[in-house]
Amino acid sequence: MTTQEIYATVLALLTALAAGLVGSFAQMKRMSLAGDVISHVALPGLGLALLFGINPLIGAAVALSLGTLLIWHLQKGGTLTTDVAIGVIFTAALAIGTLVTPSEDLIEALFGGFQNLTLPAFLVGILLILVILIYIYTSRHKLILRIFSPELAAATGINVSRVDLYFLLVFSTTVLLGLRFLGALLVGALIIVPAAIGRQVTNTLSSFLTASALAGVVSVAGGLVITHYYPSLTIQTVTINLALGPTVISVATLLFMFSFLRKKI
Amino acid sequence: MSLNGSESVNLLTVKNLSVQIERKLIIENLSFELAAGEKLSVLGPNGAGKTILLRALLRLAPYSGEINWAPDVRIGYVPQKLEADRHLALTYRDLFAAKCKTINVPANDIARIGESVGLTKEMLETPVGHLSGGQFQRGLIAFALIGQPNVLLLDEPTASIDEPGEEHIYELISRLEDQFGLASIMVSHDLSFVYRYATKVLCLNKRSVCIGSPQVALSPEVLKNLYGESYAYYEHTHA
Repeated sequence: MTTQEIYATVLALLTALAAGLVGSFAQMKRMSLAGDVISHVALPGLGLALLFGINPLIGAAVALSLGTLLIWHLQKGGTLTTDVAIGVIFTAALAIGTLVTPSEDLIEALFGGFQNLTLPAFLVGILLILVILIYIYTSRHKLILRIFSPELAAATGINVSRVDLYFLLVFSTTVLLGLRFLGALLVGALIIVPAAIGRQVTNTLSSFLTASALAGVVSVAGGLVITHYYPSLTIQTVTINLALGPTVISVATLLFMFSFLRKKI
Repeated sequence: MSLNGSESVNLLTVKNLSVQIERKLIIENLSFELAAGEKLSVLGPNGAGKTILLRALLRLAPYSGEINWAPDVRIGYVPQKLEADRHLALTYRDLFAAKCKTINVPANDIARIGESVGLTKEMLETPVGHLSGGQFQRGLIAFALIGQPNVLLLDEPTASIDEPGEEHIYELISRLEDQFGLASIMVSHDLSFVYRYATKVLCLNKRSVCIGSPQVALSPEVLKNLYGESYAYYEHTHA
């Protein structure tokens, strides 16, 4: 394994840990679906950056920031049409993103892939993960009260709108980190599925957070190991390429099915 | 929660309060006062602006006019009908600890506060969605007591529980008010409770229809004016 491969592996595992924690709060806030569509908005940014020869992650970051502000503004308005607006805007983002992304880069932009990482990119990634973890640790109490009741949180002196904005920004940062290896279509699943697994197998907040983070890390580790040893599978005459993004999410889905069955039985 | 104000004799002085939401006037020109230890009940038909009044007093709704809280006021708030998500992995212990951290008070008397409202250690560690209606409501009252408030704002605290449980909650609130010397503003539909426990009543129907002690202020004319056709029910409760 080269140093650059080690950087990419470590960052992917730490991103999975952060995604599990962020996903737990997103699930309690009932914003799993809204969060999933946020990830789609990265695509036009990725596509335009590729088109103009800029670092695609910078394009994605700009698009995600704009998308975050838009979804926050819609949430703040609290109108009945918010869901509709989110649905329209973010599916439009997916369509426009697909149109502007050069066709040779489209599959990777949508579904990700394992890429080596330089030291500066690795350090920026670590910094972003630290920001996410510190935010979750220091703001967990405000988040909990806001999730339980925005009205009680406001009466306790919490600026609910600010808590919502910061959480969305942390959510988008997690999306940005996962985008590199999971792609715009699948990165949302790394935030949603591990939290769904965690909730199936636990009943208290601390065990929920731990189980979700662990499920995220195991899914990514499983995906990395499988695609490393079996980059492709040949069944009779058909050869299937095992891409990293779909493999990670398949492992996560399998874990979810086990957790679901365990709860039922 | 502490809100700045200029009056010091009363805990609360409200002058010419009006609340308009989406161009609809909900409360018009309302004035009243709340002294320390006073128990004020707010009565009125549905849509009279009772919940909005509490929200305005908490600065959660836009208003015009004056709301002056005493500088040393600490408010505990019990909201109306809070529906807990049954799948939420949160217990009252988590929520009480979260409030303690948010308002910077020590979290070591969470068990004692729980006990004062009749919540056992086991109930404090049960996910809120799995508690019964009465237990859930007791938890909300305990949540309001964190931070040693000197005034409670309660918005129909028995709205989501059945009748025998309702009586227990009213008794609990009255006992806590006496025990901690709390003033309170409670929105209630239950006239029998108002007659038994309130020291002052405010009848609201956009404007103030009556204010004073329940025995004097709640004349048959006022009740008829307030509730119209459903007055007979309230008169019966009173009798």
